Amino acid sequence: MIRKSAKLLLAATAVYACFSGGRQAAHADTYRLAINENTIALIGRPQAAVLADGSLPAPTLHWREGEQVTLRVTNNMQRETSIHWHGIVLPYDMDGVPGISFDGIAPGQTFTYRFPVKQSGTYWYHGHSGMQEQQGLFGAIIIEPIHPRQPVDRDYVVLLSDWPEADPHRTLARLKKQSDYYNFQKRTVGDFFLDIERLGFWATVADRLAWGEMRMEPTDIADVTGATYHFLVNGQTPAMHKTYLFRPGEKIKLRFINASAMTHFDVRMPGLKMQVIAADGQPVAPVAVEEFRIAVAETYDVLVEPQTERAYGIFAEAMDRSGYAHASLTPRNDVIAEVPPPRPMTLLTLAEMAGAHAGHTGHVLAEQPPSEPANPHAGHDAHAAKADPRAGHAQQAAEPGTHAIHPLLNYRDLQAVTPEHALMGPPDREITLRLTGNMNRYIWSFDDVKYSDAEPIRVKFGERIRFTYINETMMNHPIHLHGLWQYLDNGNGMYNPKKHVINVKPGQTVSVEVLADAEGEWAFHCHLLYHMDTGMFRKLIVERAADHASHHHE
Amino acid sequence: MPATIMNKVARLLLLAVLANPAQAQDDDGIFSHFKAERLEYETNGGLQLFKWDVQHWIGNDEHKLWLKTEGDYAGDQGIFGRADLQLLYSRNIDSFWDFQFGARRAFEPERTYDAVIGFQGLAPYFIEVDSALFISENGNVLGRLTLGYEILLTQRLILAPRIELNLSARDMQNRAVKAGITEFEAGLRLRYEIEREFAPYIGVDYVEEQSLLEHQHSLRGVMGIRVWY
Repeated sequence: MIRKSAKLLLAATAVYACFSGGRQAAHADTYRLAINENTIALIGRPQAAVLADGSLPAPTLHWREGEQVTLRVTNNMQRETSIHWHGIVLPYDMDGVPGISFDGIAPGQTFTYRFPVKQSGTYWYHGHSGMQEQQGLFGAIIIEPIHPRQPVDRDYVVLLSDWPEADPHRTLARLKKQSDYYNFQKRTVGDFFLDIERLGFWATVADRLAWGEMRMEPTDIADVTGATYHFLVNGQTPAMHKTYLFRPGEKIKLRFINASAMTHFDVRMPGLKMQVIAADGQPVAPVAVEEFRIAVAETYDVLVEPQTERAYGIFAEAMDRSGYAHASLTPRNDVIAEVPPPRPMTLLTLAEMAGAHAGHTGHVLAEQPPSEPANPHAGHDAHAAKADPRAGHAQQAAEPGTHAIHPLLNYRDLQAVTPEHALMGPPDREITLRLTGNMNRYIWSFDDVKYSDAEPIRVKFGERIRFTYINETMMNHPIHLHGLWQYLDNGNGMYNPKKHVINVKPGQTVSVEVLADAEGEWAFHCHLLYHMDTGMFRKLIVERAADHASHHHE
Repeated sequence: MPATIMNKVARLLLLAVLANPAQAQDDDGIFSHFKAERLEYETNGGLQLFKWDVQHWIGNDEHKLWLKTEGDYAGDQGIFGRADLQLLYSRNIDSFWDFQFGARRAFEPERTYDAVIGFQGLAPYFIEVDSALFISENGNVLGRLTLGYEILLTQRLILAPRIELNLSARDMQNRAVKAGITEFEAGLRLRYEIEREFAPYIGVDYVEEQSLLEHQHSLRGVMGIRVWY
């Protein structure tokens, strides 16, 4: 169903895809999407939604690497809309960000996106106007590679999202008025006495004073929570029992996409080992894990090979444990996997906050979850790669993938399959970007300046830029750069993985490298919708130098 | 710098008038917040008071127009004991603080105008602070300080102690005001947040008043609702 059956004859041969309910795959060069305001009753009462072709999620788009796609998007609403092709490398005026790449799609208008597809893998698309992404305007993109990779028996999209009970504008207004509005896991008087029992009186008092002095809450893991969100798999609540079919012994590829506005998920499939084979659409050296965290807007391709004829749960807990999405990988549609018992949330620690305040601790290289057993290769790998990227290569060649099962996927485990030689040597430019915010007033920013007050970041075409993100806040920030890859510096040298979203944890410092090989104006922002909307956003301009100086560079 | 502020204000007014443009990143939006911290009935048997403490702001992250009104009405006597309205410009000056200035119109017990200057925000250890100096027409300085705190018994059952202090720098014969602490209120309210926006409560208030005419103190029971949108 997903695989292309016939070779493309002519790029000019336009085949119009008919999307019926978004379930049907489309193989064509020209795609049409109609954006409408719909009323849907997902949670038992009618709610306004913004949908493509009336479908939640929007239809899955199947493209082929090397083809020229044409996407005609019609706006049937009374307000402006837009579609952004998330993670896709394309000319900047096709990127779909109103006010940066184009003017948006006015009511009644059709905008034609046209660009060559130069990559393969799992991506997604979503609205980039107002809160339309939160209202249901998102869908999966699957791009078949020119040279097919290892075949699988089944290939499924697992698209996670968060569906709010309230209108998203109202949600934002509530956060502006009371930023802890959605936190119903705050520490109570009862917790105070429990902590005294656990930690002792003075330690507990010292802890409360330390948090109190900062005016922060260690339970503040998510701004918007299960108090208003219903968590969905392919548009379905846990109660709707979404199923994916399999037969024992089959090799199944699950393409996880986190299309949430605000929710990071911890994903596991009890009873199954998951082999992560791609991150953000790009192949990585396989890593076997029991669990992985998927930040907002990330994608991970995972292989599973269930051997037993039983239902396996696909369980995605919200990071703050305020809810979950659940589906079943099952031999029969009427056999549903059990929902695992809830786990307590992990509180923020004062150490993380110390990182946020000092701004220089917790670098990604040093990051290691406490639950992870010591990996004798890890330190060595990182070291070798740092000293000489080619040493990292040798290491990688000798060790294709890791055989040990990691309890939890770590960014450090991600290793590109093909090396990027352009990452050698020192970068042309270094830019430090502090991730900042005012949780109390719900204002988010880079370097303490909101988008509306900020100048664009300008870099030169052909430059290699090293961005260092210093998270000075207590929230996670998935940083998304449009049009250009971010090579995460996780100590793998030329094998550093390239991603479109880099999650930066509270208090953490992470460096990425960007090859400015695409001219134009690009959006650069935190992908938490309400952070982006309140100012954590920049315009990045890649420009050719007007003078001859650029020739020296190239 | 003043030009920048003027720019900002002009932009703010423009945004308020124009329809919200559907940009992906409109981070300068106008919000409006009405909050009746206290709408309550207060009694100690003899005394029967209806009290209000209401604030409303409208503006963006940096600039706000802020209205505050407080007062009480004696139901049995049919008179207002105290009632005033403040109209303030509020400027966000720090993560947790706003600087405010404007005017106060007192309706009861005397009809007066005062200039207002103050700070409002969240102090360390989560103490809500609302402070103001009132400069009267004849140059006397009055002060008001309100401190609030919240203790979570559960996620929705919240115990909220509160202290309000009213001060005067000098005696004011026309208002019967005596220099020093003119009014001290210490209260404890237990509210249940049915919704974040809607919470009925019960509580007690200890009130001590000192004027040129009398000194009185009393313990009162209160019941009311806290409501905002």
